[in-house]
Amino acid sequence: MLIDNLEHQQKILEKLYLIRDLEEAIAEHYPEGEMRCPTHLSIGQEGVPAALSVCLSHDDFAVSTHRSHAHYLAKGGCPKAMVAEIYGKASGCSGGRGGSMHLIDESVGFKGSTAIVGNTIPIGVGLALSQKIRKKKNISVVFVGDGAIEEGVFYEAANFAAVKGLPVLFVCENNLYSVYSGLENRQPKGREIHKMVEGLGLKTYSGDGNDVVSSHQLLAQAVDDIKQGQGPIFVELSTYRWREHCGPNYDNQLGYRSEEEFLTWQKLEPIARFEKWLQDNNLMTQQTMADIRQQVNKTIKQAFIFAKSSPFPDASTLADHVYAAGGQ
Amino acid sequence: MLEQELMFTEAINEAMFAAMEQSDDVLCYGLGVDDPLRIFQTTKGLVEKFPERVFDMPTAENGMTGIGVGVALAGMRPVMVHQRLDFFLLAFDQLVNSAAKWHYMFNGQRSVPITIRLIIGRGWGQGPTHAQNLHALFAHIPGLKVVMPTTPQDAKQMLLESIFDNNPVVFLEHRWLHNQTGMVEENHCLNESNYLPMHKARVVEEGEDITIVSMSYLTIEAMRAIEALKSQGINAELIDLRSIKPIDWETIENSVDKTGRLLVLDTGATTGSVAGEIVAHISENKFSALKSAPKRLAMPDIPEPTSYGLTKNYYFGAKEIAEHAHYIIKNVEVIDLYQGLIREGHHDVPGAYFKGPF
Repeated sequence: MLIDNLEHQQKILEKLYLIRDLEEAIAEHYPEGEMRCPTHLSIGQEGVPAALSVCLSHDDFAVSTHRSHAHYLAKGGCPKAMVAEIYGKASGCSGGRGGSMHLIDESVGFKGSTAIVGNTIPIGVGLALSQKIRKKKNISVVFVGDGAIEEGVFYEAANFAAVKGLPVLFVCENNLYSVYSGLENRQPKGREIHKMVEGLGLKTYSGDGNDVVSSHQLLAQAVDDIKQGQGPIFVELSTYRWREHCGPNYDNQLGYRSEEEFLTWQKLEPIARFEKWLQDNNLMTQQTMADIRQQVNKTIKQAFIFAKSSPFPDASTLADHVYAAGGQ
Repeated sequence: MLEQELMFTEAINEAMFAAMEQSDDVLCYGLGVDDPLRIFQTTKGLVEKFPERVFDMPTAENGMTGIGVGVALAGMRPVMVHQRLDFFLLAFDQLVNSAAKWHYMFNGQRSVPITIRLIIGRGWGQGPTHAQNLHALFAHIPGLKVVMPTTPQDAKQMLLESIFDNNPVVFLEHRWLHNQTGMVEENHCLNESNYLPMHKARVVEEGEDITIVSMSYLTIEAMRAIEALKSQGINAELIDLRSIKPIDWETIENSVDKTGRLLVLDTGATTGSVAGEIVAHISENKFSALKSAPKRLAMPDIPEPTSYGLTKNYYFGAKEIAEHAHYIIKNVEVIDLYQGLIREGHHDVPGAYFKGPF
């Protein structure tokens, strides 16, 4: 399934620009000291979530990780509410109680992201279980990285998803690093994550996560397979984090990865490759692309104005929401 | 009100049937919920009646707790069961970081109405990792509710209330209560005016001389103790805590206002215990009402050993409770006065009926 639909081409491009440029804006504003929470940027990793964005509806669920800005935005999450959340404002998507690592937009099926590696994996599988019990046609997406695969809970949840044939799509963005620890320190030499997962009884696909067109093909196929009742699918897509694990800066000077490696991956970046594909195939003019990017940047600007001008939650609300009221 | 005599396990079973009949959103799962033994008969007949909502699970405590959180976030009401509390320790990430936090960290947008039934073992060599009373550990976590019913009636009503509560509830069943019988109302309407809400403690017996606060199986021992105290002219007020988090301070404070003395019993280890919390709270808030130092009687900071020989003096019971209450009031240590409270038979079983294995 090539991206043959103009609306989808535009939407993917819009998501790519939105994620990249919004993250860059966060990096630019972060040193002002107003975004006072740990923030994990997705710059360089825009391709996979953007490619997936057109395969899902708001009735499909998604859960994510500490590095969730891209997933939230790709699923359709409100940019204003996300930026306001990072600023700790009452208008944030979690009312300032969660910050960058706890994003949610229930209106588009983005059910939440959390900070502990692997934490939302079983939660996403549980959401899929609810869809199966209720005989829904929708799916649940679980975003993970290569690090989460090392958590025991990944095995537990994937195993159960396979046992029950649940409609869950595991999207593994393999960016080679868990914080500053390379894969070679964490997994056996020569392991291919998708092959290991195949051994658990899941159907798997793998590919170049910075190639939006082929990633979209794999993901669209996987979503379709799951909706046809084929059970859980695991898609491993390679990609690369440009900035430091947590925070707005580049960190190649630390020496845990080489400048050469970084530059190699930077050349493979997803946005320019997708733009080139659109042009080479005469699918979109440069002018249209520029218009889309300009529109996106208006949205981003408005999101920052909104976030900065929103009030903090009142300190008197500190104890609100510890418990939910009532019952059924 | 129609009543029938039921065992604690039968009352749990009735609550499960009632909840699953009442709502299609209630699920029941856990290792063995549909096996031949049916979690000490508590899940008997359930899978036959509700085949799509009752299921066995892989031995994956953390993952399966997270899956329960996930279905709960979709609006369902899962009930997860573990035959021993100790296995559930593998699930602390999902309990603490997900279930307990979700409602708060997402600004009240979604809560996690999961009920986690944990069975606490004791005796018959259950040993260091099959007999832990960790209610204080759960109670320490903001966002959780923690309950420990004692009677079959409370077991039924509080399980129903836990399931339909919008928050995560840790529901702790002491294995030595499973065979206790009691009258249980057939009606299970939670809106009856005479019903005591889950968060309220129950005054089991009124008295003027001392307040004894207990929980779970220790309430059974305390009931025996207060009968013996009566024969010494001491009228103890016994409060069964029922809810460990939140604690019903009003009932305890009112009682201490009346009696001026406090003995708190705890099935868990002394350090950081719920009993210690209650003693601290009363000392802070009711100091002037106290006629003597409040006292906690909890388990030693020692794991439960396995050997019949080593457990002989490990647990305290009615005798020690009566002796401590007597001392608090009379300020004299008594020897032999409450020897009659020592239970006959083997010390490591709840009754002669119990032949193990767990």
